[in-house]
Amino acid sequence: MSELGPVLAIAQRDLMKLLRDRPRLVTTLVFPLLLIGVLGGSLQANLGRHLGFDFLAFTFTGVFGQTLFQTTAQGVMSLINDRENDFSQEMFVSPISRYSIIIGKILGESLVALPQAVAIIAFALIVGIRASATQFGGLVVVGLLVCLLGGAFGVLVLSNLSSQEMAGQIFTFVMLPQYFLAGIFNPIKVLPPYLDVLSRIAPMRYAVDLGRAAFYAGRPESARVVLDSPVLDLAVIGGMFAVFLVVGTALFVRGERNR
Amino acid sequence: MGELTGGIGPAAARVAIIQVEDLVKRYRKGKTNAVDGISFSVQPGEFFALLGPNGAGKTTTISILTTTLSPTSGRVRIGGADVVTQASAVRRQVGIIFQNPSLDMNLTGEENVRFHAVLYGVYPYRPQFRLMPAAYREHVLEMAALLNIEGDVFRPIKMLSGGTRRKLEIIRSLMHRPAVLFLDEPTRGLDANGRRNLWEYLRGVQAAGTTVFLTTHYLEEAEGADSVCIINKGRIVSFGPPSRIKAELVTEHVLIDADDRERLRAELLTRGVVFAETPLFRIKLDGRSAHQLLKAIDTPLSVVTVHQPSLEDAYLSIIGKADE
Repeated sequence: MSELGPVLAIAQRDLMKLLRDRPRLVTTLVFPLLLIGVLGGSLQANLGRHLGFDFLAFTFTGVFGQTLFQTTAQGVMSLINDRENDFSQEMFVSPISRYSIIIGKILGESLVALPQAVAIIAFALIVGIRASATQFGGLVVVGLLVCLLGGAFGVLVLSNLSSQEMAGQIFTFVMLPQYFLAGIFNPIKVLPPYLDVLSRIAPMRYAVDLGRAAFYAGRPESARVVLDSPVLDLAVIGGMFAVFLVVGTALFVRGERNR
Repeated sequence: MGELTGGIGPAAARVAIIQVEDLVKRYRKGKTNAVDGISFSVQPGEFFALLGPNGAGKTTTISILTTTLSPTSGRVRIGGADVVTQASAVRRQVGIIFQNPSLDMNLTGEENVRFHAVLYGVYPYRPQFRLMPAAYREHVLEMAALLNIEGDVFRPIKMLSGGTRRKLEIIRSLMHRPAVLFLDEPTRGLDANGRRNLWEYLRGVQAAGTTVFLTTHYLEEAEGADSVCIINKGRIVSFGPPSRIKAELVTEHVLIDADDRERLRAELLTRGVVFAETPLFRIKLDGRSAHQLLKAIDTPLSVVTVHQPSLEDAYLSIIGKADE
């Protein structure tokens, strides 16, 4: 039995849930714009001229990667909520493979993240951030990869959780440090050794850095903003995706059955 | 009670659709076995009821049979497939109604059904109802007519009553034509009318040849079962058709009373009739007819009740003895 149909059905369900939840739709669109506008704007006004690059654009690329990563991770973790409401049992007692369920979920939450990506780019244009169509296009492609990585990360975190309440508590703990270790708002070109180590194991770092590599390609400030080569970022993202997905799915399924 | 076999002998057991052998389950943080070495089999087309008090092991057993929980030891086969090593093959053959509702409240009734149909490969994926194959669209409209929800099937699930949602779940679970339908307390949360309607529908499902495996707290629901298995503290304490369980364990009795209780008591003692005052006078029939007994009593009676054992009486008697 081809499992593409079930994967698409699972993905569509997540998108429909978002589109039918107006408050959630508004919140997911507005929050990243606040981060860019308020935080980025104030940092640009106070620190921008000392850094030698546009802090608003720096924040925009950081928030772009962070939002997509976090939205898909959080969305995949909603499988916990489904489990407590028994809906995920409907999926897990079906004959499709467990990987298809997880991939469908990642794909669905990526679709949920995409309206945010569009809103963030639109907002960037409104506030005067300029880039070529190629640069924005590159950012969108990176965005898709970031969604996949975030989703796989969500699976790995999910496999260690037993309740929605625990998911909420853990999520802040695993996400918030990455805001700073990935350099979303703060430049991290130079870090103390212990922070550098922690930064290098944070998945969000590579997601944000790859986005910046695409956006700042060919610009003079690229050397000040981009941390690693895009090839390295891609390799790490690919490797992390594979490991998180395989290990996370195996642990999650085993945890479902071996209670 | 060790190994118990449904059906009518070894030949029937060989073609059993559900076979459970020495099943044990101890949860990771459990101090005792939730299921402690149970064995039984269920024949194709049978209506099998698993009864027991809270914590007896019913949901654990059904979770293992439906592949959502792994056993600690023992062997379970559904339609010839092992639930541990051939879980996917088992899943194709079973439909499940969970104890808690498993519909997505964000979707409409039709979207819930479509989701299931695509998951089980019954119909191909399409993003909208109108793009689905004609056979699917007809099936949905027939189903909606059956449930009297023609106007509601395309509205969100939260608009439907609890009973209708349950029926929708059952119809959804039958879309892939499973050989076995597992029902884990299917009428929980429904009012009496909802329960009755649901059972009318389920009787039709069973009559069509689907094996029905039920766990329930409502013992009257198990009265129509072909086999009843009573489980307590993880072990089987009784097994067989409801009639046999009732006949073996509970006797018929008569409850009588009179305005002149002293006179009635004296008469019963004089006649050597064994009775218990509960506070009414309770007399076991022990094979006598109620008519014979009452004809022999001269004292005018104010209360006469003939009590025939129900499955609930048998169940309470069995569980009570098992607890002693």
